[in-house]
Amino acid sequence: MRLLQTSLLILTGLTVAAPSSAESVAVAVAANFRAPMQTLVEHFETETGYDVKLISGSTGGLYAQIVNGAPYDLFIAADTRRPALLATAGLGLEQTQATIAIGQLVLWSVDADLIAAQELGALRDQSIRFLAIANPDLAPYGAAARQALMAMNLWEQWVSRIVYGENIAQAYAMAATGNAELALIARSQVSADAGAYLLIPPEFHEPIRQDAILLERGAANAAAVALLQFLSTPNAAAVILDFGYLVSN
Amino acid sequence: MEIDLGPIWISLKLASVTVIVLLLLGTPLAWWLAFTRSRSRAVIEALVALPLVLPPTVLGFYLLILLGPAGPIGRFWVEITGTTLTFSFSGLVIASVIYSFPFAVQPLQTAFEGIGRSPLEAAATLGASPLDTFVRVASPLALRGYVSAIVLGFAHTLGEFGVVLMVGGNIPGVTKVVSIAIYEQVETLSYSQAHYLSAGLLTFSFVVLLSVYVFNRRIPITRL
Amino acid sequence: MTVLSLRVDLRLDDFALNVAEDLDLQNITALFGPSGAGKTTLLRIIAGLEVRATGRVMLDDVIWQDRERKQFVPTHSRSVGYVFQDGRLFSHLSVEKNLLFSAQRASNSDALTLENVAAALDLGALLQRDPASLSGGEQQRVAIGRALLRNPALMLMDEPLSALDGKRKAEIIPYIERLPHEFGIPVLYVTHNVDEVTRLATRIVLLANGKVAANGDAIEVLERIDLMPLAGYLQPGAVLEARATEHRHGMTTLVAAGQSLYVPGTAIALGSNTRLRIQARDVALATQQPQGLSIRNILQARILSIDIVEEIFAEVLLDVGGQHLRARVTREAVDDLQLANGQEVYALIKSVAIDRGLLA
Repeated sequence: MRLLQTSLLILTGLTVAAPSSAESVAVAVAANFRAPMQTLVEHFETETGYDVKLISGSTGGLYAQIVNGAPYDLFIAADTRRPALLATAGLGLEQTQATIAIGQLVLWSVDADLIAAQELGALRDQSIRFLAIANPDLAPYGAAARQALMAMNLWEQWVSRIVYGENIAQAYAMAATGNAELALIARSQVSADAGAYLLIPPEFHEPIRQDAILLERGAANAAAVALLQFLSTPNAAAVILDFGYLVSN
Repeated sequence: MEIDLGPIWISLKLASVTVIVLLLLGTPLAWWLAFTRSRSRAVIEALVALPLVLPPTVLGFYLLILLGPAGPIGRFWVEITGTTLTFSFSGLVIASVIYSFPFAVQPLQTAFEGIGRSPLEAAATLGASPLDTFVRVASPLALRGYVSAIVLGFAHTLGEFGVVLMVGGNIPGVTKVVSIAIYEQVETLSYSQAHYLSAGLLTFSFVVLLSVYVFNRRIPITRL
Repeated sequence: MTVLSLRVDLRLDDFALNVAEDLDLQNITALFGPSGAGKTTLLRIIAGLEVRATGRVMLDDVIWQDRERKQFVPTHSRSVGYVFQDGRLFSHLSVEKNLLFSAQRASNSDALTLENVAAALDLGALLQRDPASLSGGEQQRVAIGRALLRNPALMLMDEPLSALDGKRKAEIIPYIERLPHEFGIPVLYVTHNVDEVTRLATRIVLLANGKVAANGDAIEVLERIDLMPLAGYLQPGAVLEARATEHRHGMTTLVAAGQSLYVPGTAIALGSNTRLRIQARDVALATQQPQGLSIRNILQARILSIDIVEEIFAEVLLDVGGQHLRARVTREAVDDLQLANGQEVYALIKSVAIDRGLLA
């Protein structure tokens, strides 16, 4: 964290001396983090007067675009791998990569009674037809879901009954429509008025870190630097926690 | 490097079964639309064309509800068969049929309209019942329409993505079609696997379409 | 003899058809009238192709449709053969397959085999051809053969010659003439062409404005002046039946009721019967045998009646050896010559209308 702050200070210094930079910043954000990001951006714009453009999509899709020259200043991914790859490729500033939020994996059902009655034991219920998760190869939450099932020695039992969404939004839709009785999704997706959820013990899976990185193109952009810095402040942390994520301290 | 060709077979199977169902359901409807004088014809035509305007993911979402165990069609299915319709190959077939419906009905309707009543009346005066007329006179004359319906229905189903995504559940070996497999490989940066799957898909599709068009060439061109 | 009983009604936007007639069908019955009279519509109703028509259609004692009894026999179950104006051969089948299509769905007949019909209509050379490659006349011949192979109780023909030129018409007419005689199938023949009617019809049903104006023997109907306006543009006249006896110097001698007429340049087979339509305005009268006239056709006749039709004209009906002739003369002439019923006169015929096309 100290390293990050130091780097940011250096960069701020650099940009102050640079010719007048843009007052707006283009941020590419992973779809699952869009909602909290919108709130954060509102606060940021009010505080600083900078203008922020949000572009959301799948982490992989945005990554491919950046590799092919998309005009983004800041990238907030749903994992740590893509920002790291960009850093290696020289498209992102390595020292600016930081974990913005940590996701929580939950077991969710649109049928609240099911969770209430069985809690985690629902995962041992053989009568349940389908469990929806995000594709483990594509989505960190999906990978975490698989890790958790393996940690609980339940993967073999579930393998023939798992259905895959391309992302957690689809996994959620499959469960919300009642097609899958259970889903392993993000805490940030569930709300109090639909179904019920149960936190999966975090030790059952790798932490789901969502990292941000300042991109090459945004290096000289004061607004971009300021935004990245803002995301680490306590005010931002409050918003992020509100949305069901954890922050790293 | 492991290349799983399974999704190609699933896609080909899905496209083939869908085309057969499309012909079975679409042909009588196209016939009715071509010759009816009913006032509800315009309404039915608009309904048939609806899948053309709906975005595939939207269509997929609503099919997820319709075909789910709580939905009107899905519930019925569970009662009859005891299994769910969503996340099954049968569910994909139903979704694909709905999604590709206008691509089969419209060419057939146009072909039947092109025939007109004249040959049908002539056949009736020669003692041919309506079914006999349909099989022996109308269908041969409408062959071009059948070919279009098959080609378009097949191709459209093969390229399906958004609808299958939601309704199928992407279960490897069951509902994971090749379009999704290729997408996943691109997403996970496995580009060479993506290339191989795409090449395989293109090759098989080309062979199928080529066969259809060659067959079509053999039939004498009707003067209509 | 077959009786077609019609009590039908059809109302469309701008047209109404109402027919209550019993048609005696023997040989060829012409359904005759101006365009738009409803002839084709009536034919289609008889065939069962107009489902909106109400009423009753019966052939002898077989009910084909009866609104009251809620019966409707569909077209494919009615024993009709239909020759359409546009032929309507199946373009995806060869001529032979077109014929087979009919033969395979027809009731058995020893006389009506594909071979016999093909021979009767000279279709042998056309059998393997593609219908689209045939001339109009050839297509119609095949269409007739195809309808014939159905072995129907009744043959319906809708202006089968109207799309053909004179030469082709002349080729086909003999085949149509033979249908009732050779195959025993009565024909109901729709046309607005009076020459076709003259040549072919044994009986005429005159249809105008959706209603039957006359239903009777062909020759009688053709000479009724009261029907002329209804029949469309038709000059008053009469029809004589004559037999060709001699060809000499490019003239054919035709004998009608024991008297001779001379017609230039025909190829009628000697000994065969034909009909001559003679318009009233082409007939002049003389009270004495004329001398030194260029007109060669002079018949002895007796006046049956004189009708004043217009201010200056009169129509005189003449008897020629049991047949009829009409002459149009001025009223002045009637008075001058003191023409009266029963009087023996000479009828001078300026031209004898025999449609060259129909005779080839």
